[in-house]
Amino acid sequence: MTVPSHPVVELTGVTKTYGDVAALRSADVVIRRGELLAVVGPSGSGKSTMLNIMGTLDRPSAGTVRIDGHDIDRLSDRELSALRAGTIGFVFQQFHLAPGVPALDNVADGLLYSGRTRADRRRLAERAMRRVGLGHRLYHEPHQLSGGEKQRVAIARAVLGDPPLLLADEPTGALDSRSGAVVMELLHQLHEAGTTVVVITHDRDIAASLPREVRLKDGAIEHDSAPGAALPAARLPREAVR
Amino acid sequence: MTAPHATAEIDRVQPHLPPPTPPKPARMTAADVLRVGGSGLRSRPMRVFLSALGIAIGIAAMIGVVGISTSSTEDLDRRLNALGTNLLTVTPGQSFTGSQASLPEESVAMIGAIPEVENVSAVGRIDANVFRNDRIPEEQTGGLSVSAARLDLPESVGLQITEGRWLNGATSRYPAVVLGPKAAEQLGIYEAGPDSQVWLGGRWFTVVGLTAYNELVPELDSSALVGWDVAEDELGFAGTPTTIYTRSEDSAVADVQSVLGATANPENPNEATVSRPSDALAAKEATDETLSGLLLGLGGVALIVGGVGVANTMVISVLERRSEIGLRRSLGATRGQIRSQFLCEALLLSALGGLGGVVLGIGVTVGYATSQDWATVVPVWAMAGGIAATLLIGGLAGFYPAVRAARLPPTEALATT
Repeated sequence: MTVPSHPVVELTGVTKTYGDVAALRSADVVIRRGELLAVVGPSGSGKSTMLNIMGTLDRPSAGTVRIDGHDIDRLSDRELSALRAGTIGFVFQQFHLAPGVPALDNVADGLLYSGRTRADRRRLAERAMRRVGLGHRLYHEPHQLSGGEKQRVAIARAVLGDPPLLLADEPTGALDSRSGAVVMELLHQLHEAGTTVVVITHDRDIAASLPREVRLKDGAIEHDSAPGAALPAARLPREAVR
Repeated sequence: MTAPHATAEIDRVQPHLPPPTPPKPARMTAADVLRVGGSGLRSRPMRVFLSALGIAIGIAAMIGVVGISTSSTEDLDRRLNALGTNLLTVTPGQSFTGSQASLPEESVAMIGAIPEVENVSAVGRIDANVFRNDRIPEEQTGGLSVSAARLDLPESVGLQITEGRWLNGATSRYPAVVLGPKAAEQLGIYEAGPDSQVWLGGRWFTVVGLTAYNELVPELDSSALVGWDVAEDELGFAGTPTTIYTRSEDSAVADVQSVLGATANPENPNEATVSRPSDALAAKEATDETLSGLLLGLGGVALIVGGVGVANTMVISVLERRSEIGLRRSLGATRGQIRSQFLCEALLLSALGGLGGVVLGIGVTVGYATSQDWATVVPVWAMAGGIAATLLIGGLAGFYPAVRAARLPPTEALATT
């Protein structure tokens, strides 16, 4: 903690509008390495927009986004792809596993675009599968797995290359409470091992169980349980720009 | 957890940190590109089969047409080689006054004197008709002709005897006849011998031999051939040859052909018509080339329709797999990598069809050639061309869907469930 480093995520005055509708308004968030936090809010509050922007899947209409120190405004689409390949892991509510493909290969595809050899990817995939407690399910196909197991496979795929940032979009949304608890426990473990984890959820209980909570409402940050982390620094560059 | 104010400290130093160098996307290996391209096909085998089938039918049609026509040409060449292409015929043409010219009697001997000529023989048309018996009306000739034949005719034209024997020095002086296969059939004669008699030129002739069909000289098939002597003695034959058959050294056929007219009829070289029966046979067989062209065109149309099928499959595939595209983008795929995935998929799909089509086309050729008793010949260029054409079609068909897939914004792709 003594070595200064780039925050993993730094949103400064980020606004995203679709036509006349502002999905996100002047959001300032700083997420440091090793944090575990929830972005919580009802549907339509701008959670998904924030996830897409943090995940560099979308660019903001205004404001600055830095991911792992990179100003994404200065990166081309190709460079953003490379950033996602090396820096960001995604977990989706619908798992997005390829049907008919063994879990191990589904996981190995997490590094398909990283430039690693196939043997390397499969080796890491096996390790990741064991890490999420599915060492006995390596060659099962998605339809042979329970919902909770599918989500754990998806998490293994996301953390395969040890990305500094893990974005989980409603990771328990499609799961029963018991499987959901297992998945949350797994995210806690990853956090303890050093991964920065951002959980996007509408579930207030889940949000409350995490060390930090960023609450969104109508596209604006209503509450950040660690406001000191974001606000002072974030205002600096914005005022400098205007 | 660190206290909030400590975080603020770090954040204030942040602007002084050097910005990291932009990340560079990694290249995928060719094996990975192929594997990812193929993965889309593996999950939808039925659709892949059907759209590859469209391409396969087009290619099979084209390979089949080329294969069958090549096999047929090859067979013709083989037959011509067996028959020999060195046979030349001389017939009297028309004189300047338009009346039927005739060849001088000594023309056979004069042609035989050309050094490159290997052998020479002749037939002379006789103004007589042949009937099954003496009660058939005179006008019902049935299209059969009667000719006097020199004894060396079989060697010159390659005439095969299937029944009995050819005329010889003795039988050529007596009322003996050798029938071509068509003539024999029409006269109801199936065997040679003293019991087989035909009514020829107003008297009975004994059938001593039957010949096989001759492809080079089909006019002999419907002829009744009698000896030169008996024709002159009994049938009022003037002794002038009406067709001279000659074989020359293979290398000298063209030279002989050029002097043959003048040799046969030195006084009126224009009145002798020289032809090469093997050329006529080749020309006859070549007439179905227009049909081949038409079929080839149809194959091309089928191939284009197949290409449209592949394009359609790919467009649907892209629509259905938006979430997969979104996922791949989130895993770090560049637009180019998404594009090459779908392009590769389209190429694999049509290559599959192309290979299937080549196999199918070879099968069709083998089937037809076997039924025709030909050897099967499928030119390599046709197979290579077929595969190249499918790859071209696949590339064209896959290009637009691949570009569409690559242009899909990742958020939009992921939003579809």
